[in-house]
Amino acid sequence: MEFPSSTFLKSSSPSSINGQIIDSLCESNGVSKLMIPEVKFTKLFINGQFVDSVSGKTFGTRDPRTGDVVAEVAEGDQEDVDIAVKAAREAFDHGKWPRMSGFDRGRVILKFADLIEQHGEEIAMLDSIDSGKLVHLTKDFDIQFATNCFRYYAGAADKIHGETLKCMGEFQAYTLKEPVGVVGHIIPWNFPTVLFAAKAAPTLATGCTMIFKPAEQSPLSALYLAHLAKEAGIPDGVINVITGYGPTAGAAISSHMDVDAVSFTGSTEVGKLVMGAAAASNLKTVSLELGGKCPLVIFNDVDINMAVQTAWQAVFFNKGEVCIAGSRIYVQEGIYDEFLKKVTDNVKDWVVGDPFDPQVHQGPQVDKEQFDKVLRYIESGKREGATLLTGGKAIGEKGYYIEPTIFTDVKEDMLIAQDEIFGPVMSIMKFKTIEEAIEKANNTKYGLAAGILTNDLNTANRVSRSIRAGGIWVNCYMITESSIPFGGYKMSGFGMDSGLQALEKYLKVKSVITPIYNSPWL
Amino acid sequence: MNMSAAARRIASSISCRSISSVLRSSSSFMLRGRIAGVSSGIQRLSTAAAALEEPITPPVQVNYTKLLINGQFVDSASGKTFSTLDPRTGEVIAHVAEGDAEDVDRAVAAARKAFDEGPWPKMSAYERSRILYRFADLIEKHNDEIAALETWDNGKPYEQAAFGEIPMVARLFRYYAGWADKIHGLIVPADTPHHVQVLHEPIGVVGQIIPWNFPLLMFAWKVGPALACGNSIVLKTAEQTPLSALVVAKLLHEAGLPDGVLNVVSGYGPTAGAAIASHVDVDKLAFTGSTSTGKIVQEMAARSNLKPVTLELGGKSPMIIMDDADIDKAVELAHFALFFNQGQCCCAGSRTFVHERIYDEFVEKAKARALKRVVGDPFKKGVEQGPQIDEEQFNKILHFIKSGVEGGATLVAGGERHGDRGYFIKPTIFADVKDGMEIAKHEIFGPVQSILKFSDLKEVIKRSNASQYGLAAGVFTQNLDTANTLMRALRVGTIWINSFDIFDAAIPFGGYKMSGYGREKGIDSLKNYLQIKSVVTHLKDPAWL
Repeated sequence: MEFPSSTFLKSSSPSSINGQIIDSLCESNGVSKLMIPEVKFTKLFINGQFVDSVSGKTFGTRDPRTGDVVAEVAEGDQEDVDIAVKAAREAFDHGKWPRMSGFDRGRVILKFADLIEQHGEEIAMLDSIDSGKLVHLTKDFDIQFATNCFRYYAGAADKIHGETLKCMGEFQAYTLKEPVGVVGHIIPWNFPTVLFAAKAAPTLATGCTMIFKPAEQSPLSALYLAHLAKEAGIPDGVINVITGYGPTAGAAISSHMDVDAVSFTGSTEVGKLVMGAAAASNLKTVSLELGGKCPLVIFNDVDINMAVQTAWQAVFFNKGEVCIAGSRIYVQEGIYDEFLKKVTDNVKDWVVGDPFDPQVHQGPQVDKEQFDKVLRYIESGKREGATLLTGGKAIGEKGYYIEPTIFTDVKEDMLIAQDEIFGPVMSIMKFKTIEEAIEKANNTKYGLAAGILTNDLNTANRVSRSIRAGGIWVNCYMITESSIPFGGYKMSGFGMDSGLQALEKYLKVKSVITPIYNSPWL
Repeated sequence: MNMSAAARRIASSISCRSISSVLRSSSSFMLRGRIAGVSSGIQRLSTAAAALEEPITPPVQVNYTKLLINGQFVDSASGKTFSTLDPRTGEVIAHVAEGDAEDVDRAVAAARKAFDEGPWPKMSAYERSRILYRFADLIEKHNDEIAALETWDNGKPYEQAAFGEIPMVARLFRYYAGWADKIHGLIVPADTPHHVQVLHEPIGVVGQIIPWNFPLLMFAWKVGPALACGNSIVLKTAEQTPLSALVVAKLLHEAGLPDGVLNVVSGYGPTAGAAIASHVDVDKLAFTGSTSTGKIVQEMAARSNLKPVTLELGGKSPMIIMDDADIDKAVELAHFALFFNQGQCCCAGSRTFVHERIYDEFVEKAKARALKRVVGDPFKKGVEQGPQIDEEQFNKILHFIKSGVEGGATLVAGGERHGDRGYFIKPTIFADVKDGMEIAKHEIFGPVQSILKFSDLKEVIKRSNASQYGLAAGVFTQNLDTANTLMRALRVGTIWINSFDIFDAAIPFGGYKMSGYGREKGIDSLKNYLQIKSVVTHLKDPAWL
C-alpha cells in the first residue's frame, strides 16, 4: 500500500500543498469547537468480555490538542494480565481456534477485515484523538493498511507449509509448523491500528491466541478492534486487550511464565527490558521492532524537487513520530545548497494544526513527555552548534504542537544525529563520495531502514547492499505493505513483522523422523 | 440453503468427521458413505426400477447458452449450435452455441488484448485477490442453482453438487485469492559480483480444456491459479457439460473481472479444442481428459508454437487393502473410491487389490454394499448414483462389462443397465479379476469395481505399478511400516492412506507416467501459469556476495 495522497513519498510529481501554518488552531477556534469522537469502549477486554481492572483503577487518556482527558480507561496490572493469560491459555489449549482449519480461520479473519473497513472512520478518529494523528490520513493509510493486512494473512492461513526432508540414513522426516501458543503483543502509540493489525493478523493466521497491551497514550482503538474481532467470530480468549502502563502491565506480560512468545514494538531502551524479562522468566521467544535513526542518502544525480518532497515526508510524516523517519538526511555536495533552499521553502506550505481538519498536515505530538523531549533535542542541537534553518519552537499555548524544524551543519557526533528524536526535526548533513555516504549512514547503533535517491544503477545497488538496515527504499520512502517484511538490524531489533516471514514469529518447527524400510529412493 | 435434511441422511457416514464439518469445510468434495434411513426406498429404487419415475423437474433455468468472448455473450461465427442432453433421459436441455476455429481466434484476440493492454495483469495482486474473493461469495450465494444446473447437465447427485462440489469451488477460489499477493520469486546467490532476481511473471494467454465429470471443479482447478497469477484465459468446456461454466463466468464478471480475461468457448474437441491447442498466440495449454486426447493436444502444441503443456489424464488407480485393515471401513472406502460420481473419476480406485486372507469376506461385503447403492434420479434426495454422462460412455462401460464376463472374471453384482431410459448402469462388481484382463488394464470410467487378490507386499507393489497410468492410489493398513513402504514404492501422484478422494485446495494433484504431468491445486499449481525470468545485474563493489 502506498501512502494516501500518493504524491507523498513517491518520486513522481511534487505535492501541491496550499495553506499556511496556523499558529494554534486551539487558540484561534476555541477549545469548545474541537471535534471529539464518541468513546464506546474503555474497559479491559478479557475472554470476550469488557471488564474493569481487578484494582478498579483507571487512567486518563488525553487529547494531545489540549492535554485534556478524553476518557478514563481501565488500568490493567499484573493480576489482570494473569486473568487474560489464563483465558488465552484456555483458548489455545482447549479452544477451537487452533483446531479450526487454516481456511476456516482465514474466513473469520476476512470478516474481521470487512468490519474494520466498515468502521474505518470511527477507528481513525480514536487514533487521532489519542495520538494527534491526522484523521484523513489515518483513514486513508492506517485503516487501509489494517484491512489489507488482515486480508493478506487470511489468505496465508491455509498456506503454512511444513516440509518433507532428505535424510542421509534410511529415514523419512518432515517438519510440522505448529502455533507457538499464547503470544504477548506490546504495541506503541504512533500507529496504534496499523501495529495492532501487523501483530494480530499473522498471530491469528497461525492459530495462536494473544494478549495485547496497547500504549497508555493510545488505548482506544485496540479496545474497539477487540470488539470487532468478537463480532467477526473470533472466539473468546483468542484476543485479549489489557490497557495500562509498561512497567506494570507490560512487564507482567514479558515476564509471564505462561506466555510463549512476546512481540514488542517500541523504544530500544524498553526493548532491552522486555528481552531481559523474557530471559529471566521462561525464555519465551522474543521479537523486537525498536528505534531507528534512518539515513536518507540523496545523490547529485537525482531530481531535486523529488528529493525535497521525499525528504520532507520522510521526516515530517506523522509529525516525525515514526520509527522509520528519515531523521538523517545526507545530501551530496553538488546539490546541497539548492536542497537547503528548496526544503526551507517547503515550510510555508505546511500546515500545523487540528488533526481533524482536512487542510492540516501536522498535528500535535502525542503527549507532554514527547513534546518536552523533542524541544530538549532542539535545544541540544542549537547548543551543539548545528544551524537552525527554520522552526525550533512550540506552537500556541495549549496542546503539543511543534514547528517543523530543520537543522543544517549537523555533525555525526551531535545528539540530534545520534538519538531518535521522534519529532518534526530534520537534520541535514553533507557528503562527497559514495564511500563516505555509506560510512556515515552506517555510523549508528540502529539499523531499521534507509532511503537512497539516485538514478545511477550501480550506486543504488551498492548502497542497498552496504547499509546495514532491514529496509531500503530506492527513489521512494516509507513504502510499507503487508507483503514486505519489516524489521531491524543491530539495535533496531530482530524478527520481521509483515510478509510471510512474520508468520515464523508465531510458529514453532517440529521435526518428525521415522525409519523407512526398502524405500525405492532416498 | 437447507442442509439439515442432507445432514441427517448422511449421519451414518463412515467417516470419523462429523458431517457438518464435511459440509462446511468441504475438504473432501464427495459425500462419503452410505445413506441411512432409506433402506426401504433402496429396494424399490434398485430392484423395481424397470420403469423409472418421471424425472424431477430441475429447479433452475438455462439462461446462458452463447459463447463468452470479451465479456459478451455472442453467437458462434458459424451460427451453429449443438444440443446438450439430460443424461437421465437423453432429452435436449438446451441448444448451445458451437464454437470453432474462428470463435477461438476471436477469443484468443480478446484474451491477448486483455493480457497485453490490461488492466488485469497490471492491477495489484491485492485487487485481483479482492475480485476472486467476491467471486467466491457470489458462487456461495448462487450455490443451489449452480448445483442444479451441474446435476441437470451432468447427472451427478444434486446433494453431491450442492453440498460438496459447488462449495468446494468457492473454497478453491478463496485459496487462489489468497495466493495472488504471495507469488514470490527468489533472490538467488551468484558466484561473481552479480545481483540476481527471479521474477515470476504471468505466462500470458492460457488455453484450458476441461472435462465433463466435474465441470465446475475442473473450472476452478484451472481458472483459479491462472487468474491468481494474472493471466488471461480461453477455456473450452466439454460438449457434454457446457452450461455451468457460462453461469459462473458471468458471476466472475459481476465480481469485477475485466472483459477479455476469461473467455469461454463451448464446442467440440476436434474443432474448438484443436484450435486452442494449435493456436500460435496461446502461450500455455492445460488439458484434463483422456490420455489419448492428451497425446493429441501435446502434439498440436509442439507443432504450432511449442507452448508449454500440462496434462491431467487417465488413471487405473490401485486400492490396496492389507490384511490388517479395518475391513468394514476398507469396504466402504473402496466402494466410495470406485463408485463416487458414477465411477467417472480419473482417480477412481478401479483396481481393488485385496489381501488373500480377507479376500472372500471383502468380496461378500463389497457385494452387499453395491447392492444397497441407491441409483436413481440425481435430483432425488438420498440418491447416490445418477446416470452416466452420455450414450457413448454408457455403451463403452457396458462393453467393458461384457469383456469382463467373457474374459473369465466372476460377475458378483450388477452388470447391466438400470431402468429403461437414460444412461443408468447398475453398480457392478467383478471378482477373480486377473491383471491381464481388459477391465484390469483400461480406464472404464464407470461403476465397475474389479477386485483382485494378492498375497504379499512386494507382489502388490509390482502389480500396482504395472500400469501405464500413475495418477493415484489408496492404501489400507494399520501398519506404519507397510504404509511407509507403499507410499514411497507406488509410482503415482497421490496416495491416500486409510482415506480416499481427499481433495483439499492445498493438496497437489496430478500424475506420473501416462497420467500426465504438472500439478493442479496447491502452490505447485501456480507454476503451471508462471514464467520464470532471471534478472542478472552486475554489481560494482558489493558489500557482500
